[in-house]
Amino acid sequence: MNYDLKRVAREIRCDVIHSIAHLGVGHIGGCLSVVELMAVLYFEAMNVDPKNPAMEGRDRFVSSKGHAGPAVYAALANRGFFDKSVLLTLNQGGTRLPSHCNMRLTPGIDMTTGSLGQGFSCAVGIALGARIAGDGARVYTLLGDGECQEGQIWEAAMFAAAKKLDNLIGFVDVNRLQIDGTVAEVNDVEPLADKWAAFGWNVIDVPKGNDVEAVSAAVKQAKANLGCGRPTMVLLRTTKGCGMKWAVELGAANHNTKVPMEEAEAAIRALREEA
Amino acid sequence: MQLRAVYAEELGKLMERDSKIVLLDADLGRASGTLGLRERFPDRIYDCGVAEQNMASIGAGLASYGFKPWIETFAPFATRRICDQIAISICYPGLNVKILGTDPGIAAELNGATHMTMEDVGVVRSIPGIVIFEPVDEVQLRAAMPALDAYEGPVYIRMARAEQPAVFGEGYEFDLFRADTLRKGTDLTICVSGILTRDALDAAEELAAAGISCELINVHTVKPIDRETVAASARRTGAVLTVENHNVVGGLHAAVLEALARERVPVFAVGVEDRFGEVGKLPYLKPALGLTKEHIVEVAREAVRSKVEN
Repeated sequence: MNYDLKRVAREIRCDVIHSIAHLGVGHIGGCLSVVELMAVLYFEAMNVDPKNPAMEGRDRFVSSKGHAGPAVYAALANRGFFDKSVLLTLNQGGTRLPSHCNMRLTPGIDMTTGSLGQGFSCAVGIALGARIAGDGARVYTLLGDGECQEGQIWEAAMFAAAKKLDNLIGFVDVNRLQIDGTVAEVNDVEPLADKWAAFGWNVIDVPKGNDVEAVSAAVKQAKANLGCGRPTMVLLRTTKGCGMKWAVELGAANHNTKVPMEEAEAAIRALREEA
Repeated sequence: MQLRAVYAEELGKLMERDSKIVLLDADLGRASGTLGLRERFPDRIYDCGVAEQNMASIGAGLASYGFKPWIETFAPFATRRICDQIAISICYPGLNVKILGTDPGIAAELNGATHMTMEDVGVVRSIPGIVIFEPVDEVQLRAAMPALDAYEGPVYIRMARAEQPAVFGEGYEFDLFRADTLRKGTDLTICVSGILTRDALDAAEELAAAGISCELINVHTVKPIDRETVAASARRTGAVLTVENHNVVGGLHAAVLEALARERVPVFAVGVEDRFGEVGKLPYLKPALGLTKEHIVEVAREAVRSKVEN
């Protein structure tokens, strides 16, 4: 089935904003920056079945930036993995949708993440598993640009290239902000394209990482690399808080912040009017 | 036979039978004795290089895919270096990863303090959902390997690589969750693990000759500890001594104290007295750190005396 990815991304974005505002607090910035990627992965690129989340040979997605959970949940709910009403239980006691991804709680979540750097290695392990199993599954994984400060990222980068895991496609959400300020100020990770290339990866640099068509084109290009003997890293140049002016204006403070319902409603109204 | 050779041989047998078993190491395949397995299983053995954090999480990823990974390195790098990966990548999602840490405590000998884990059991024991097993000798390790494979969940195995004096004999039946009573006794319960088991057995024999009857229990699995066996013995004898190649903080002594918290029984310790290690061979290290048969005898006498004083 072909989906209108722009419309899908808008729905996911509205759900992210609403679910976080319903709780009143959350990682709004880094969830909104990856909405287009979530739309492309779950509505175009990945071989998954919402009715059978544990399907053998399915493609896997690991959000190594585990705090993007609410964006993944909104995508999963829109794709039919569970009812959208569940989104309003986000991060409340007893929920199946915790702040950070948990493979034992949420249908469709393939790996537990939250301690930065680890999820990427797990994704590399999954890609290795898929290769040993020979089932043709692809593995997609999302890193934060701040997360690239973790040493474990580069241990995994080295291993994936050395073992020629070309069934692995990574994304860096290059939103240039982290908790304490800009990534450049805190501990600069650039030049990311050169770093990933030097580690033996194909690199696709996407200047408009919040343009759903650009993301879709980049993922198609990355998928074409299967068989080339190198994993592929897609650098998505994004805006932290994208699609919610109030959040964008908070800057680095939008990482994990209180989100008033009136701001959320205004943002959702604006998004719907845009349509 | 060296325990590492026993481990490699038994792992090879398991890998022959079960195509889901994958082995990862971190540039210590040679040291762990598994280098020879690589030719037999080229698609299921991966060297991660000197990158233990990555190895641990790759193991978790493989386990999430239905594989049964074993990861191996020296004990310090298998535990304190990767304790967050053990906690979050492996134990929190309850993934079936077996973690082999070799040469714990003074078994690291000439590698010295940097490689000498006095705290590995303490670090790992406080992470929820993991089993901790420490073999004594060849017979026990051979019996344990299929049981470890059959257990679906994370296990930390702390294993000396060298050959160990025989303690268990023919017909030994292993139960991962049941401690082994090596000797029955009435005056004192000695709980011992790993490479000091032979010393504790010799100490118990010396004490018997002097009229002190010791019950000797090998606690091969310190987590979850076999509380039933330990507590029943402690109630009978009225005093306990723990003997371990580990800090007296956080390891077997702590586990036994926790298990006996509701019993009115004194619990004495022979172990590393909250200090780092140093270089040396075992004949130097054992007396230097108070881990000798003579010290076990001395503390055992003290423990028995304490019952009279009470």
